[in-house]
Amino acid sequence: MSKEDGRRRLALISSQGTLDWAYPPFILASAAGAMDWEVAIFFTFYGLPLLKKELSAAVSPLGNPAMPMKMPFGSAGFQATNWNIPNALMSNIPGFESVATNLMKKTFKNKGVATVGELRDACVEMDVRLIGCQMTMDVFGFDKEDFIDECEIGGAATFLEYASEADVSLFV
Amino acid sequence: MADHSATKTLDCSGLLCPMPVVKTNKSMKELQVGDVLEMISTDPGSLPDMTAWANQTKHELLESMDEGNDTYRFFIKKTH
Repeated sequence: MSKEDGRRRLALISSQGTLDWAYPPFILASAAGAMDWEVAIFFTFYGLPLLKKELSAAVSPLGNPAMPMKMPFGSAGFQATNWNIPNALMSNIPGFESVATNLMKKTFKNKGVATVGELRDACVEMDVRLIGCQMTMDVFGFDKEDFIDECEIGGAATFLEYASEADVSLFV
Repeated sequence: MADHSATKTLDCSGLLCPMPVVKTNKSMKELQVGDVLEMISTDPGSLPDMTAWANQTKHELLESMDEGNDTYRFFIKKTH
């Protein structure tokens, strides 16, 4: 697909589906869309579930050593405190990841960050092309019906053809 | 405060990146050429981002103001 005259083009690959990694491609895509750029995101491997009708992105502090653990309530000093919890402890507490996910969502909401779903809706509204990776669908057993109607399905060649005329290409 | 007689005011208070530029662009599409949008935000990142947004979209950023207390006010003229 050739680039429209005078418009910049952004080509993104989203390869990670956890809540923290879901944000960057949708933030960049919606900001670029707001600047009237052409945008496409290629969702591959663990990024593919971000196209599901019901988003279920979660986050785990396990194996995520730079992730701060913050509490979304209490005084400013309490909220600024980073809770260093040893991996050995986290991994043995049932439901810890669900708690961590909820704490991150609450913190983001309190600070005024849009949800991943809201950002995805903004992308759809601005005609960002959302391309699901056919190979990943085959490997992990997804159907087109699992995903939002606005997405299309393609492969590496589809993305590369688009990216070949991009001004900015990023792998997330 | 400069008087730019805004056609419309958009309040992005409490919103973080990228929502102020996303909402600004959406509002601009609803205006006519020559109209002025007033946008209010509380995100300090809006200052550099609105400049970049205006450069990219070629709309005219008439004024951006840091009013203190984490309040920022922008006036943008729709040019096309």
